[in-house]
Amino acid sequence: MKFTEEHEWLLVEGDLVVVGITNHAAEQLGDIVFVELPEEGREVTKDEEVVVIESVKAASDILAPLDGEIVEVNEPIVEEPGKINEDPEGDAWFFKMKVEDLSALDDMMDEKAYKDFIS
Amino acid sequence: MADDEPNELKTTVLNELHHARGAKMVGFAGYEMPVQYKLGVLKEHLQTRTQAGLFDVSHMGQVILRGPNLAEALERLVPVDVAGLAEGRQRYAFFTNDAGGIEDDLMIANRGDHLFVVVNAACKEADVARMRAALEPGGITVKLLENRALVALQGPAAEDVLAEHCPAVRDMRFMDVETLPIAGAECWVSRSGYTGEDGFEISVPNVAAVDLVKSLLTDARVEPIGLGARDSLRLEAGLCLYGQDLDPGTSPVEAGLTWAIQKVRRADGARAGGYPGADRVQREMADGPARKRVGLRPEGRAPMRAGVVLYDAEEGGAEVGAVTSGGFGPSVEGPVAMGYVSAGCAAEGTALWGELRGKRVPVRVAKLPFVPAGFKR
Repeated sequence: MKFTEEHEWLLVEGDLVVVGITNHAAEQLGDIVFVELPEEGREVTKDEEVVVIESVKAASDILAPLDGEIVEVNEPIVEEPGKINEDPEGDAWFFKMKVEDLSALDDMMDEKAYKDFIS
Repeated sequence: MADDEPNELKTTVLNELHHARGAKMVGFAGYEMPVQYKLGVLKEHLQTRTQAGLFDVSHMGQVILRGPNLAEALERLVPVDVAGLAEGRQRYAFFTNDAGGIEDDLMIANRGDHLFVVVNAACKEADVARMRAALEPGGITVKLLENRALVALQGPAAEDVLAEHCPAVRDMRFMDVETLPIAGAECWVSRSGYTGEDGFEISVPNVAAVDLVKSLLTDARVEPIGLGARDSLRLEAGLCLYGQDLDPGTSPVEAGLTWAIQKVRRADGARAGGYPGADRVQREMADGPARKRVGLRPEGRAPMRAGVVLYDAEEGGAEVGAVTSGGFGPSVEGPVAMGYVSAGCAAEGTALWGELRGKRVPVRVAKLPFVPAGFKR
């Protein structure tokens, strides 16, 4: 698993990258009550706003971590946004994207580097 | 009410206890206050609606007024009936300015030989200055208490919990005030609060506050609750937050608070007017205000927060108002908001649109409160 400074995690699954937010991010946001996911098939560029999440406290934007195409989104978390607090690094992933160049992940933080980043 | 730098923040006498209970602390009205504890805002909200929650509201201003012709004198600052407030009773009020806007909202309690007033933290210096300027020339003393904490125990279990410490609280009705011994201290107790639930507000000497709170928290029915849930609770209850839903430009009539202006202070009453801005308040009561505070239920799940602009059409149309408080209502299980709209758009059920991230989202004018009040009248 790789991590961004925006507190997203990325997991390579075949030729797709699964993206979600970290336990740390979910904890900081507090109880999540709303999530808006991008449309499947949307082409995104790195740092483009792709997901809106709102907790009881505030709204936050989630940025695309890489250039690519959104191929699948996790609809159940739209119906039950609280799942994101329960299992942010597992069942409550946000979207899967098809990425041209997986080598961009090499520069991202691994788990140890992310732990240092948030401590 | 911007967050202050942590090193400039004042603390309440319960500060250490908040930290020990794992609270997340934030700056609020110049104080370091708990925004949530380990339960989190959502569960703290539901805890208060189903059992009992304990809130530290010691940042609020507790003021004692004492002197001759006290009620008459205070009526020159507020449009409510102070003279008719019976001993042992409390009443909601607001300070108005010359333009008929609201400078702060407050509680006034008649405690026999004096009045006990509770004002908002962010306004307390200004409120004390206002009362001193108006009341001291008449021989009235205005004393801001620094030696007492204030806690609120709110929720359907509040009576049973507090009665274990002091059975006499069972006999109190909504808005009664009494001096009662609790946990060995002389407490000033009122049956009131700001959550829409039954409950009590307890003024306790600083020296006894930590023991009182610790002893209330040993009860399995009680959890400490932060400002986050306090905000969602009062919003669902349709109660205004000063600085957001009320401000110096907003009149009590626009705010839908004319219920708090008793007959005797209205245009044809025995003690009509005589407070700052009475001409505007009376005119708006007679002719109707140009805009009104309303409840708002956004469609879908997206919360509409303070500042969201409201329109009367999905495309084009006119700007008709804005949200002043909004978020997710844990008991309603959906987004709730309140705001001000032009009078023509204020009828219950009116379809409006709020602009969220560049998109207009449907929202309906709704009845307040969003949840029924649990007061023991």
